[in-house]
This record gives sequence, structure tokens and C-alpha cells, in this order.
Amino acid sequence: MKILVCIKQVPQKDAPLKLNEAGTWIREDVPYEVNEPDAYALEEALQQKEKHGGEVVVITVGPPRSQQVLREALAKGADRAIHLADDSFVTLDAVSTARAIAVAIEGQSFDMIFTGLQSDDYGFAQTGVLLAELLGWPHATIIIGIEKTESGLRLKRELEAGQYQWMDMPLPCVLTIQSGINKLRYATLMGIKQARNKPLQQLTRTHLEGKLGTNLQTIERLYVPTKQKTTEMLQGSPTEIAKKLVDILRNELRVI
Amino acid sequence: MPETILVLAEQQQSKLNRVSLETVAAAQAIAKETGWQVEIAVLGHDIAAIEEELAAKKAAKVYAIESPQLAAYTSDAYVHVLKEFLAGRQPKLVLMPHTYQVRDFAPRLALALGKTVIPDAVGYKYENGKLLFTRQMFQGKFAADVSFSDAGPLWMATFQNAAFRGDAAEVGTAPVETLQVTVPDGVIRVQPHEIFREARQAVDLSQSEAIVAVGRGIKEQKNLAMAEELAKLLGGDIAASRPICDAGWLPLDRQVGSSGQTIAPKLYIALGISGAIQHIVGMKGSRTIIAINKDAEAPIFEIADIGVVANLFDIVPPLMEEMKKVKAGAY
Ligand SMILES: Cc1cc2nc3c(=O)[nH]c(=O)nc-3n(C[C@H](O)[C@H](O)[C@H](O)COP(=O)(O)OP(=O)(O)OC[C@H]3O[C@@H](n4cnc5c(N)ncnc54)[C@H](O)[C@@H]3O)c2cc1C
Repeated sequence: MKILVCIKQVPQKDAPLKLNEAGTWIREDVPYEVNEPDAYALEEALQQKEKHGGEVVVITVGPPRSQQVLREALAKGADRAIHLADDSFVTLDAVSTARAIAVAIEGQSFDMIFTGLQSDDYGFAQTGVLLAELLGWPHATIIIGIEKTESGLRLKRELEAGQYQWMDMPLPCVLTIQSGINKLRYATLMGIKQARNKPLQQLTRTHLEGKLGTNLQTIERLYVPTKQKTTEMLQGSPTEIAKKLVDILRNELRVI
Repeated sequence: MPETILVLAEQQQSKLNRVSLETVAAAQAIAKETGWQVEIAVLGHDIAAIEEELAAKKAAKVYAIESPQLAAYTSDAYVHVLKEFLAGRQPKLVLMPHTYQVRDFAPRLALALGKTVIPDAVGYKYENGKLLFTRQMFQGKFAADVSFSDAGPLWMATFQNAAFRGDAAEVGTAPVETLQVTVPDGVIRVQPHEIFREARQAVDLSQSEAIVAVGRGIKEQKNLAMAEELAKLLGGDIAASRPICDAGWLPLDRQVGSSGQTIAPKLYIALGISGAIQHIVGMKGSRTIIAINKDAEAPIFEIADIGVVANLFDIVPPLMEEMKKVKAGAY
């Protein structure tokens, strides 16, 4: 099976984020990591390859710094990587991102394309689905189980509120992967060493000339959301805070 | 004719998804400000009861789009049928609830029409004749006001669960137009099977009056013991955010949120939980929410009644000490 995994670099979960002066985006001087569901998508591809053979290719559309997530994927076992690199890609909407990926993989025949189900930054939850439409392939979203069958795949979809559904899907197809589908591996020292010799193809904006179109939606402003409730913030030393909490639990809430 | 806002109501197994009524309420609110009219469409097979329920809302029309091939949801059939329907009607704006089903077909439908979906909006603004949708970014740390780059028609947006109140949807009597459609052979490429639940849940968190919920801030599995002790002191139960269950540290039936349980205990203590929307929808009905998080900007503080910005490992041990003293009658 030849599998493409679309991954993205996003700010680290714990990174304190600040708005830029124009109030249109965050300040970029923060630590980054791979988007969590994308890590599960990569792991799933690696496991499928281990079971059925084939090739795992990773791709990212992002600024030069995002090469790091490709390096990590190669160290974990991906065979090769494609980087569509340009600073301006930070502001691509989901349609443009999907178009960029479609152009980059033209002529390569994949059996499956995996993406994370959404990214922590924009949270569009669209890139994989849009890619399927551009390629004319079937797709399924929020997948938490994949088994190969005679005719294609048997998928387990997560639905809302603890419900699930099995579904049969032909190949080729695009799947968006939910966190928790598998157990993530760590890169080994050996893997990190081997990654240095694996192919990492660099493509620039010029490869996409005339094929991206313009963004169909515009972020007019970004801001800190307004609070829905008034929160009583407790201050003091840990012991003082503990005493205040106990007072609230006992005298206001009467739970102890 | 005024412009039209078309609401796509959702049904599964011939039951209306209640969140559709929130979208109807959102559409009615936008219509009031813009002077546009609201129409509602629902797809399926054997959906007379749903049509009736929707027809009792204030709307210019309800479209019932019926076909045996729409009995079970597939993105293939939905995209096929809705593309034709929307291309023919050209509503200015299409509104949908941000459900798993909508996430599955809406982006594809929009692209097939050369359009885009603004997903997961929590509200809208109508400023000087310009319609903006407010949505969360960076897992709720920021909000963005987003506009469509073109002039329409066929703008599309989805609203997050509970962004509007479904019971606020105005009532009325809308005429129903039934459209029988067929989906040509070969369009549906996937075969969906029955919807099911995993084996019965061992714990029912909804019965608990006090919940101590842990998130990734708990750091290691062995630290769960501390949270369990706190829960015990409160006579309550331990619960968790998704990453804790994904890691296998707690079973899935302890997960709170959109893909786990929805609960509303008297007391909800969130330890090291950031407050992503998928978690919040499962617990925001709690009477009192206490959040302990080391990041003052964590979105959980937007809904907390009582907040502590601190390392949870500094706070929880003395808190339990004090609780034990109180319980022992030391005060
Ligand atoms: C379709 C879908 C369905 C989902 N369903 C669910 C669901 O049902 N339930 C759910 O919970 N999530 C769900 N999620 C995931 C959700 O989006 C978040 O990723 C998740 O809730 C984050 O969990 P968290 O808050 O524990 O982790 P994080 O977001 O990583 O937050 C950890 C927090 O801990 C704080 N922290 C770290 N160390 C300490 C310390 N020592 N002391 C105090 N604070 C500390 C940090 O400041 C941070 O705020 C779903 C996502 C999707 C896309």
C-alpha cells in the first residue's frame, strides 16, 4: 500500500500565544510541534505498511520551520517527504492547502491518503475532505479503526456521544484520522540517523503558480474571546488557596 | 424576493438531531437583521414526522428531499443530491450545525459548487451590511471574525453545538415541498453499516454529584492516584479529558465531552484541562466549575466559576490536607 500522510506544524499546546500588532495572526516566535491527530495519522500509516508492505510518504504545506515535522516523521519510519515551503503558506485557507497538496502529488498513485481530522490552529477540519473532492476519491472522516479487506477497507467511524459505525470503503480513498486510533511510537536513535539519508523533496510557491486560486474566506480580526462568566480568581500561597477552596466547598457549595 | 437563508436540518435513523433547531434559531436571528427569509431542508427516507416538526417552525418553506438511497447517510449521496438542489435554488447563505455528519460532507459539497464553508462558528455579527462569523482558533485561545471573500450566493457556514438555543427557534407554519430524488448507480461508493455503541458503560458519570476531571496537565499515569483521592474526599468520581483516555490511563467511559459523556454535576473540578470546546460541551452545565491550570490564558477559565492559576501539584496536596482537617472536625 502506498500511503500519503498530510501533516502540519502547529504551536505547542502549552505555548503562551500572543497576538501580532495588526491583530490578524499570532506572533510567530513560539515553539512548534506536529499537530496531534496528524501524529496518529502517521502512526496508522506506518502500522499499515508494517502489515501490508508499501511506502509511506509525508507531506506538509508550511513555512521553512515546518520541515522539522517531516524530519521527525522520517525518523519514525516514513520513507520520504515532500515539503511545500513558503512563509506565505501560513495564511492559506483549507481549499488552497488541499489544492497545493493535490498539485504536489500529481502523477504519484497513492492507495490511501491520511490526514489528521483537524488542526489545532485553524481547526477547519476540511483539508482531507477537500483533497478527496479534488482527486475525485471517496473519503471518510473521524476514523478510529482501519482493516484491509479483499475489496478495500473496513473502517470504524467515531460518531457523537459514544456511538460508532463500521463502513466499507474502496481504494483509493482519503481518510481523516482521530486521535487515539493507535499508540504513538517514539523515534529511535537508529531512526533519526537513517532519516538523514531519506529523500526530502522541496517545492516552492513557483511550483504552484496559477494553481492555487485565492482564499475564499478572510480573517478580518483575531482577538482574545470575551468571557461568558465572571470567574472568581483565587490568589495567594498554595496553603492560602487551599484554605479558600475548602471554605468554598464547605460553606458555599456544601459538598464537604 | 428577499435573499434566502437555507438551513440544512440533520436527521439520523429518521430522528431529527435537536441541534438542527439551534441552527434554525440562528437563521431566524440573522434573517431579522438582514431582512432575508429562512427556508429549511432535510434529507432522508421515511421522514414525515421530521417534516412535520420542522414545518411548525417559523420559515418560508420546508423542503423534504426524499429517496430510499438517503435512508442511511453517505457523503457521496448527500453531496450529489445537495449539489443539484443548491445549484438550482442559489440561496444566499446555507447554515448547518457543526456535527460529525456535516463535517463529513459539507466541505466537499461547497468545493463541488466552487464555494467554501466557514466551519464551527460560535456566533455572527452583522456590521454595516457585512456578515461576519465568529469562530474559535488555536483551540479556543483566540476568536476570529471571518468573512466570505466573494459576494455570494451560496455562502456556507456551520454553527457549533449550543452556540444558539434550540428552544428559542420561533414557531409558525411553513409549507412543505417534497422532492423525490434518485441517486444514480455508482454515485455511492461506500457501504455504511449499523450505528452501534461499545459494550455497556461500567460507570455512569451523570449520577455523580462531584467530578474531579483530569487533563493532560496531570502529566503521568501514576498521578491519577492523587486525583482519585481528591474525588473520594468529595464523595465523587474521577473523569478525564480525551487525551487521558486515548493514552489508556482511564477507560473510555470516564471521558467527558462531545465524543464521551455529557454531565452536569453540582461540582466539577478541572485539573490541568485546557478547555477545548469538545471538552466543554460535555461539562459546561455543571453547577459550579473550579479550574486549576497553570496557564492564566487557558480557555477553561472562560467558563469557570472559580479559578486558580497555579501548578496543580502545588495546590491539590494542601487542599486535601485542609479537607481532611475539616472532615476530622479540626475547625
Ligand atoms: C471530533 C473531536 C472530538 C473530541 N472529543 C473530545 C471529548 O469528548 N472530550 C475531550 O476532553 N476532548 C475531546 N476532543 C479533544 C479536544 O479537542 C482537546 O484536544 C482535549 O480536550 C484537550 O485535553 P486537555 O485539556 O487535557 O489537554 P491540553 O489541551 O493539552 O491541556 C492541558 C492543560 O493542562 C495545563 N497544565 C499543564 N501542566 C499543568 C500543571 N502542572 N498544573 C496545572 N495545569 C497544568 C496546561 O496549561 C493546559 O491548559 C475532541 C476533539 C475532536 C476534534
